[in-house]
Amino acid sequence: MKSRIPVVLLACGSFNPITYMHLRLFEVARDHLHQTGMYQVTQGIISPVNDDYGKKDLVASQHRVAMARLALQTSDWIRVDPWESEQPQWMETVKVLRHHHSQLLRSPPPMEGSDPGQEPSAPTAAPQLKLLCGADILRTFQTPNLWEDAHIQEIVEKFGLVCVSRVGHDPKGYILDSPILRRYQHNIHLAREPVQNEISATYVRRALSQGQSVKYLLPDPVIAYIRDQGLYTKDSSWQATGTQKGQ
Amino acid sequence: MVLYPLLNSLFLCFSRFLALRVPAMRRARASPAIECSFSVSRYFPGRTGEHLTDNKEDVRVFHLEQQLQVLTMDKSEKTEVVLLACGSFNPITNMHLRLFELAKDYLNGTGKYRVIKGIISPVGDAYKKKGLIPAHHRIIMAELATKSSNWVEVDTWESLQKEWTETVKVLRHHQEKLEAGNCDHRQNSPVVERSGRKRKCLEERQDSSQKKSLEPKTKGVPEVKLLCGADLLESFGVPNLWKSEDITRIVADYGLICVTRDGSDAQKFIYESDVLWKHQSNIHLVNEWIHNDISSTKIRRALRRGQSIRYLVPDLVQEYIEKHDLYSSESEDRNVGVVLAPLQRNTAEAKS
Repeated sequence: MKSRIPVVLLACGSFNPITYMHLRLFEVARDHLHQTGMYQVTQGIISPVNDDYGKKDLVASQHRVAMARLALQTSDWIRVDPWESEQPQWMETVKVLRHHHSQLLRSPPPMEGSDPGQEPSAPTAAPQLKLLCGADILRTFQTPNLWEDAHIQEIVEKFGLVCVSRVGHDPKGYILDSPILRRYQHNIHLAREPVQNEISATYVRRALSQGQSVKYLLPDPVIAYIRDQGLYTKDSSWQATGTQKGQ
Repeated sequence: MVLYPLLNSLFLCFSRFLALRVPAMRRARASPAIECSFSVSRYFPGRTGEHLTDNKEDVRVFHLEQQLQVLTMDKSEKTEVVLLACGSFNPITNMHLRLFELAKDYLNGTGKYRVIKGIISPVGDAYKKKGLIPAHHRIIMAELATKSSNWVEVDTWESLQKEWTETVKVLRHHQEKLEAGNCDHRQNSPVVERSGRKRKCLEERQDSSQKKSLEPKTKGVPEVKLLCGADLLESFGVPNLWKSEDITRIVADYGLICVTRDGSDAQKFIYESDVLWKHQSNIHLVNEWIHNDISSTKIRRALRRGQSIRYLVPDLVQEYIEKHDLYSSESEDRNVGVVLAPLQRNTAEAKS
């Protein structure tokens, strides 16, 4: 049996806070890649963005990492990696990919889904690291000055993209509109989420600040953490600076 | 000022005095009891609370009492609501659970209602819907799903009935249960009770519920309202699916909370129906901003195709489904060719 190419999925983003929709990206992407018969997804990595990114309402990365960790407690293949958030400043996505790729080459990941009783067949190929994102990110490639062309090329040429569909986006269209993306479209996997569930973190933050329930949109332990730490309340703009406030 | 501690104590005592007037069941749900001595004379030696003079200080105390009365009355004037969701729950999903949260926030936010309970009532197997797996599995999944909720629970009464039961009857059952429970509470309250009062209370309740009543509900009893999505509202239009008399009773006697992404479609539907239009004050449309498409049908389809349903249903539900291999092409073929129970019943009755 031809052995499948091992793949690790990396998702970069604010995760402010992490929601079930983020977690779904991984599940949908894994199903899609497995369906092709060519890949075996072995690991998922969530990499919350550095505080330096400066996005509005971004709470301190220590919180965003902690929340992701709580959300992933029950996952046996996805983990959070704080490396990007711990760097002295914000860095381009391609650099995060490069870092994690070199880490992977250094220590091969455990094989997910492999039968322990089975004899190892051909030596497994080196794992491929792919950037996991929603279709909206694909569109941002078109935004002037947001991404460097060389970086876009490196992402789709050297790594690869797994892009999960979102309502109101036409990923095929974005690919055709861009010469770089068109050239490497074989390395861009468009996964369709069969069950649309557009839980935007913006909505979650707003609901929290208005004292409304966000239960069933994100895991209970994350909700408890948000409550205990007093995050995303009406007057928590100080949170973005990362200072700790006494209860 | 010397008077301040006096005012403060009086404040506390009057609030306790007023709180005792409220039916015991509601009091149990009021804000934490303020412990204080009930005796007013302790603070006004030689004087009872009612005999306030024209003394300036007494007038100030009197005004305070009025404000207190308003505060306490405001709270006790809120209608307590129990949300009832009927459906297949085949399986239950995060979307079903979200409906409860959205409806509760909305109703509580109006200031007129206080949602005290949510009930999930899975339909009985006699409903004969295509793909409907046995009720006991659906009940267990709903119970697993609501384990982490402190206000939503599962009720098995409907699923245990031998014949399929119209939704209005389920509403009626739960409303009567609440009213009987209320009689119990009044029986046990410290306010004077004579023997036979409970029987009288229950008789009163039964009398009023048996009439196709336009009478206002007895105060102090929580109201059961039907919680649903837009699909249920629009299913009112499907021929023979609902008895028109039932629809009338549901919106007139109970009320509907409809959570929908597209409010305009729902509003149009209400506008185009005379019955719904007449009772529109009893139909609450709650906006669902999140594009949430987690239908049970899609969940079952994903399962048949070996796709992950993780994070669309609670983890415990997903594990239970996996452990018992509940959904497959075989399970989806259940009741194929069988007429849905309401269609069967309403068509037969129309013919007779």
